[in-house]
Amino acid sequence: MKTINELKDEKKAIFSIKNLNLWYGNDQALKNINIDIMEKEVTAIIGPSGCGKSTFIKTLNRMVEMIPIVKTSGEILYHGKNIFDKGFGVEELRTTVGMVFQKPNPFPKSIYENVVYGPKIHGIKDKRKLMEIAEESLKSAALWDEVKDRLNDNAYGLSGGQQQRLCIARCLAIQPDVLLMDEPTSALDPIATHRVEGLIEELKNHYTIVIVTHSMHQAARISDNTAFFLSGDLIEFGKTQAIFSKPRDKRTEDYITGRFG
Amino acid sequence: MNNNVREIILKNNKKQKKSLDNVMPVIFFTAALISIITTIGIVLTLVFDALKFFRAVPFADIFSTQLAPLAANPRFGILPLINGTILTSLIAMMVAIPVGLTSAIYLSEFATEKIRKRLKPIMELLAGIPTIVYGFFAYSFVTPLLMAVIPGLEAKNALSPGIVMGIMIIPLVTSLSEDAMNSVPNALREGAYALGSTRLEVAVKVVIPAAISGIIASFVLAISRAIGETMIVTIASGSSKNFTFDITKSIQTMTAYIVEFTSGDAGSGTVGYYSLYAVGLILFVFTLLMNLLAQYISRKYREEY
Repeated sequence: MKTINELKDEKKAIFSIKNLNLWYGNDQALKNINIDIMEKEVTAIIGPSGCGKSTFIKTLNRMVEMIPIVKTSGEILYHGKNIFDKGFGVEELRTTVGMVFQKPNPFPKSIYENVVYGPKIHGIKDKRKLMEIAEESLKSAALWDEVKDRLNDNAYGLSGGQQQRLCIARCLAIQPDVLLMDEPTSALDPIATHRVEGLIEELKNHYTIVIVTHSMHQAARISDNTAFFLSGDLIEFGKTQAIFSKPRDKRTEDYITGRFG
Repeated sequence: MNNNVREIILKNNKKQKKSLDNVMPVIFFTAALISIITTIGIVLTLVFDALKFFRAVPFADIFSTQLAPLAANPRFGILPLINGTILTSLIAMMVAIPVGLTSAIYLSEFATEKIRKRLKPIMELLAGIPTIVYGFFAYSFVTPLLMAVIPGLEAKNALSPGIVMGIMIIPLVTSLSEDAMNSVPNALREGAYALGSTRLEVAVKVVIPAAISGIIASFVLAISRAIGETMIVTIASGSSKNFTFDITKSIQTMTAYIVEFTSGDAGSGTVGYYSLYAVGLILFVFTLLMNLLAQYISRKYREEY
């Protein structure tokens, strides 16, 4: 019998990845990956360049299929349903699984239009409602105070860090369950990085976050779980604390202590 | 390895390189100058000879709907020609813009790389067909086809050459719009797809707005092309100098007027002869305005990315 507290702590896996393989043409980029992404936790994906970590995160919302030569096998269960199934709507998947990219990519539109783009394409037309969503999302992305007086200015007038937070707000505007972040701070300066990291810590109370990062410190600071990838293999996956204090695999230890990668 | 590489470089630099570096800019500049001088020359010729026409004919007559240059009592109202040009160009744009833009969207956002690589050259082949062939096509194929559908269509009319002119400029619109859409960074598309957009939403709500300046510029360039187009309208729209908005009737455009007159018997030095320069000048002003408009629009609506 489990105590009530144990039941409370027991979180569900939102993504269950089973025997996932992925090829770019003839090059295998992911090899038999098995991993569970837990709900309302931050999962960090680390590993050297070219290890498949970006590919992995882009598979979770099937963005990887933008490259025509990609082939996959295995399954990714999202809320228990395989996202590779024929009947599974890729647009619906991406509506609940948002993504923040390495380089901030706001649309060349106003700050307001950027945030309400998602709600608008998903059928929300009411002006007042859209304004509410914009305010709420920008507040959640810790950007509201900086932009509230210039919502109609072009998003390209914002600094890099602000643009990245705008992209986060743009995701939040359609209330996703999951946020995928592909090295979201690698194009930002240390101060902007610090602000975005702070934001991620805020967001992890409400969203499931999967973040790819090159920074060991970032992974250690903000994540609950860490997965270490090496040339397409998942080497080690576990609680961040455990991985960083006593890694089971020599290769993980070498990587996190900076001996290679 | 020898250590005298640096010596050789220094020696070589002193020799031929310098003299060539001095001569080339002059050659480049002269080449650029040729086109500029030609343009200025054309404008000056047009303006001076057109002035002779504007002095000889009262202003009220020029902006009238009566055009009869070879009559015993010649009339030089330019409105029928302007009307003819605008009419055929409008018809052309009504064909070229929707077809050209949708095929550009298809090529840029929907077609696979393989299809795109094959289709684009074929489309651009359309642009290489001599306009006289299009004119013949309009007169001998499209007009009879239209006559079967539209009763009362004259053998020479504004509709048929307008449509064919539209077909002719489709590749221009497609090619330039597609270039504009293609240069929209993929990061923007990814951002939109990641929010659950469909392909159509990405194309219409992200790519087209981001490329709108280039797309509009392609429209305006296409209009310029239609206004200046000569052979098709000369062959298929006849030479009626009536002022009419009826597209089933024969009309004459500014360009066709110039063709008719220069191949006919306008005596040098007559008012009719100088009227050619006046029409040429007005054509020039039309296309100049179009180009300025294109520049203004692309500056105003530019979504920088």
